[in-house]
Amino acid sequence: MATFSVEDHDFDEKVLKNKIPVLVDFWAPWCSPCRMAEPILEELSDEYENRVVIVKVNVDENKNSSSKYSVLSIPTTVLFKEGKEVGRQIGFAGKVAYENLIKKATVG
Amino acid sequence: MREEFAVKPKEGEPWDVVIIGSGPASLTAAIYTTRGAASTLILAGEKWGGQLMLTTQVDNYPGFPDGIQGPILMMAMRKQAVRFGAEFIEKDVEEVNFLSNPFELFVNRKKYLAKTVIIATGAKTRWLSVPGEERLLGRGVSSCAPCDAPLFKNKRVAVIGGGDSAMEEALVLVKYASSVTIIHRRNEFRASAAMQSRVKNNPKMKIIWDSAVKEIIGEQKLEKLKIWNLKTSQESEIEVDGVFVAIGHSPSTEIFKDKVDLDEKGYVKVFDHTKTSVEGVFVAGDVHDVNYRQAVTAAGFGCMAAFEVIRYLDKNTTVVKNS
Repeated sequence: MATFSVEDHDFDEKVLKNKIPVLVDFWAPWCSPCRMAEPILEELSDEYENRVVIVKVNVDENKNSSSKYSVLSIPTTVLFKEGKEVGRQIGFAGKVAYENLIKKATVG
Repeated sequence: MREEFAVKPKEGEPWDVVIIGSGPASLTAAIYTTRGAASTLILAGEKWGGQLMLTTQVDNYPGFPDGIQGPILMMAMRKQAVRFGAEFIEKDVEEVNFLSNPFELFVNRKKYLAKTVIIATGAKTRWLSVPGEERLLGRGVSSCAPCDAPLFKNKRVAVIGGGDSAMEEALVLVKYASSVTIIHRRNEFRASAAMQSRVKNNPKMKIIWDSAVKEIIGEQKLEKLKIWNLKTSQESEIEVDGVFVAIGHSPSTEIFKDKVDLDEKGYVKVFDHTKTSVEGVFVAGDVHDVNYRQAVTAAGFGCMAAFEVIRYLDKNTTVVKNS
């Protein structure tokens, strides 16, 4: 499944109340490391289909969500399971780092 | 348009040259090796492009009179290297074996063989290593103003450092932040005159001289910095929402420890401009350069290493005829 955008108004429903773990990518169009992360997150959303949902939150347009989770550096990817943060990756660190993060919610 | 001069090696055969890294040194080397008909593999790393990917406008790279965005420059260099047949893999090298012939490089459990290697892994941010820094990374602590500056709109930020990269961070931040305080351990900047005057002429900039950060304080996110004056030892606190660390870089040489000679700071020891302590292993760019550390010098070093690779290959390749 491809990644999709989540906004402040549906963050609760799409992220926190999701039955499946959700990896939230906080990004902005002007951030070049975010653009490097983009194709990799797209790939992972297919590879981990049905096990993790990957969504994107544009920090320029969704200040509530980004400030609620103290996102002051982008890209920041936060992993949620049953509404709780279970892991966080700050900055773009490549595919392996994202996979290791996803495994925190999908293994065991 | 692709114009290829070298045949890629078959499975199990070595590349003429494998270049580790993907900044200006690596990509310039690849342009020269491919045009010199050497089969060229770039093991670029997952975070490809090097330090310029974390910059905005680059005004000192010749050929761009109006400046060019760092990431755009790197994408152009990558395209140019690939145009002449370089293979580009966005993976990290985990281990190298320079004792074998050909050399062996391990990437995600896959082994690549190389007749020659150019080490061009560059350098990465040097952090302050003070309490609170690691915990608050991405929660107010950053090293990339071009990435994060807009998140500090109308907020107070500090920049630590006194070189060109600290000035650049400050100048990017001042467009958004309500105030930018530069904290520097000496009483003058190392930065170029051009950068210094842009900083000093901006009314939103403050400078605290002779001081260093002792601790970074905050619960969920950064709240304040504890700083101390190196001359008087006096401590004080300043309230900020962001702190950007720009005190320099350290070479990315972890995987080369005990494989080639490194100096006491971890830089690759260079002999004869481009050579390492291992014959057939060359080096280029910020990973050995403690003096200049510019995109253009890295590119120049890449070109030099490429020339030496081609010479080395010519000298060491014996023509094997099929009987």
